[in-house]
Amino acid sequence: MSDRLIVSASPHIREDTSVPKVMYGVVISLLPAIAGSVYFYGVRSLYLIALSCVAALATEAVIQRARRVPVTIGDGSALVTGILLAFNIPPGVPWWIPVAGSVFAIAIGKQVFGGLGYNPLNPALLGRAFLLASWPVHMTTMWLPAKGGTLSGISLRGVDVVTQATPLAVLKKVSTIIADPSSTTHQIVQAREVLTDLGSVDTMVNLFTGTVGGCIGETSVLLLLIGAVYLLYKHYIDWKIPATYIGTVAVLSWIFGGSSGFFTGNALFHVLAGGLVLGAFYMATDMVTSPVSPKGVVIFGVGCGVLTTIIRLVGGYPEGVSYSILLMNVATPLIDRHTRPRKFGEVKKSG
Amino acid sequence: MRAAYNDVRGEQNLRLKTFSGGVHPPAAKGLTKGAAIVEASLPGSAIIPLRQSLGAPARPCVEVGDEVQVGQKIAEATGFVSVPLHASIAGKITEIGRFPHPVGGEQDAIVIEGDGSDEWHESVTPREDVESLSADEIRDAVQDAGLVGLGGAAFPTRVKLSPPESKPIDSVILNGAECEPWLTADHRLMVERPEEILGGLRVFMKALGCERGFVGIEANKPDAVEAMRKAIPKGSKIKVVALQVKYPQGAEKQLIHAILKRAVPAGGLPMDVGVVVQNVGTSLAAYEAVHLGRPLVRRVVTVTGTPLASPSNFMARIGTPVSALVEQAGGTTGDVSKVISGGPMMGVAQFTLDVPVIKGMSGVLFLSPGETDVGTPDPCLRCAHCVHSCPMKLVPTTIEKLVMAEKIDEAVSAGLLDCIECGSCAYVCPSRRRLVQYFKYGKYVANERRKAEAARAEGKEAA
Repeated sequence: MSDRLIVSASPHIREDTSVPKVMYGVVISLLPAIAGSVYFYGVRSLYLIALSCVAALATEAVIQRARRVPVTIGDGSALVTGILLAFNIPPGVPWWIPVAGSVFAIAIGKQVFGGLGYNPLNPALLGRAFLLASWPVHMTTMWLPAKGGTLSGISLRGVDVVTQATPLAVLKKVSTIIADPSSTTHQIVQAREVLTDLGSVDTMVNLFTGTVGGCIGETSVLLLLIGAVYLLYKHYIDWKIPATYIGTVAVLSWIFGGSSGFFTGNALFHVLAGGLVLGAFYMATDMVTSPVSPKGVVIFGVGCGVLTTIIRLVGGYPEGVSYSILLMNVATPLIDRHTRPRKFGEVKKSG
Repeated sequence: MRAAYNDVRGEQNLRLKTFSGGVHPPAAKGLTKGAAIVEASLPGSAIIPLRQSLGAPARPCVEVGDEVQVGQKIAEATGFVSVPLHASIAGKITEIGRFPHPVGGEQDAIVIEGDGSDEWHESVTPREDVESLSADEIRDAVQDAGLVGLGGAAFPTRVKLSPPESKPIDSVILNGAECEPWLTADHRLMVERPEEILGGLRVFMKALGCERGFVGIEANKPDAVEAMRKAIPKGSKIKVVALQVKYPQGAEKQLIHAILKRAVPAGGLPMDVGVVVQNVGTSLAAYEAVHLGRPLVRRVVTVTGTPLASPSNFMARIGTPVSALVEQAGGTTGDVSKVISGGPMMGVAQFTLDVPVIKGMSGVLFLSPGETDVGTPDPCLRCAHCVHSCPMKLVPTTIEKLVMAEKIDEAVSAGLLDCIECGSCAYVCPSRRRLVQYFKYGKYVANERRKAEAARAEGKEAA
């Protein structure tokens, strides 16, 4: 027996877990969607994801060296940011778009605040917001149709309104035409046909499998859910956030999302289309930027859902997932402050 | 055997009574759960620290050179929350000085050099008239025997048996949960001496004037549940409750909530909800004190860990040096990085094996380098695992940050003083943060401030 004993405070044993285990667990959960992106949009996706990751890791290393703090690129957190940033850009963009996005995400989104654990906003989403503001044309037009499908997820009828757009953009456009009093009867009839197609079983299947245009990693609901099951099984994410987020979007878009009055919206379409599933399971659940209190995560999820629906239905953008999550990230400290759980044996304040 | 507590890994376990929150560390009890309690050999000399309970330390009533016999009083209690001490071996007092103490640092202790005779003092005589004892007589008997809670906190037993009249007690719960991994002292006692444990429970119930008694046992000890159930006569108001296997099932407030669905108010005591909780070992000691007139001079200590040659459950005299027990457990065969008094979740790391067995020591655990974590903590990820694991429903990560920023008052209003230091939060933390260490520090600072304020208020009054 050695004559030197370690003396430290209890507990003396720890669960077999660590930051890298959590982070690489998230990476593993993203693998199906990465494979899907290569299948649907070609090797180009892999190339953009790799560039994004390299840029994220390099930025983290350079800044940590400059800050004279330990370089922790092995913990997997920058890798996760790199992959998620790439998941949020269109597959047709030039190589420097993911690089610029990742550098911004890590430098301004994370390291400026002190690195892992201290960032108030999801770095990958901040990177995407930066790209969208800086290169809006690249970020909103450089889509590619999915292998074996179309860009919009529906079979084109040669209608003017649906030339080159993703499902949510098509919805926005036809909704505008239907609501516009100056539209001709012919235009409105065509728009309604498109709307019907958008809600068809075919389109739903395409949206679920990912046979549709969109950002690199957001389109295949099926593959994202496979990864999500793994995350839930490992307890790396709290089911309450995706459940309340997606639930809120479904209910609100059903009530308000229809073109012929309340309670006529297509909830399933709104859940499957765009980046909701990616956002709800992989971005809103980001540990660092979501609340820690059990009630807080519900408020957070519902808040994300309300904001997403508002942006989609009445905002200027067809999609609102990233901005909703970023806005709720900002509200997280406030939510945590006001939703502290009642202590065991805490007596309700009378009066 | 009933299936309800037979299959503890499956769904059955989830249907058993428990509390909300908690964690599932590996039980690691296999090394000693089947090992019958063996009488440890008498130590050459016993080191008996004066501080062995919460509250005030005892004052020696013997002098160096005095001859003492087993069970003879050697130190007096010095207040209401204080207990007397008794010679655990027969021999001669050779020193009263400072010695390493299992709870930390060095403390005053009385050293008895044994003469090997194991002669008991004349004051130790069985009582014939237990049935006719009054509540006060029971309390006195328990206090004269130097009884404290043997589960670890070492709270004087008499104090727990003396609730104010405004707080009637309707239930006594014996704590046989033994949720700390590795430890099997209570487990073995319940298997081997259920009758006497129940005898102690009846003594407690009599002193408190209540009719309901419970024995709470984690379902991973089916033999203990069985033995205790068998020992209860038909028609008795004492019930054995098999509890879900979850740490910290044996924490007082969590145990009460699991069995009676009563929540002890924050900052309150079990007596506030009409309950008194006693450890099963304490119950056995109370039986011996009241029925046999025997003071608390020995207890069961689980000496275990992978580096030990033959882990054992010892009935050891108070004051036996831990090194002597290790020798009887075959010594160590592997590398040891930590020696812990108590279990791995709440125990105290030792810096030497020269510390003696004290009344509150339920086990000595040896951990090998691979079993204990000494890495540096990473930044908090806000993963909220600590929040979900906290049995007191606190937000550990927030309290930790407040204490680190020395915002002690804010930490207190966030629930710092409600923390029971069970270690669940730190156990599950992926960043391996030293949450409990900061909570202990924060509580210490808060306590010092409270004392300083009280002193200042007193000063003002005097002026």
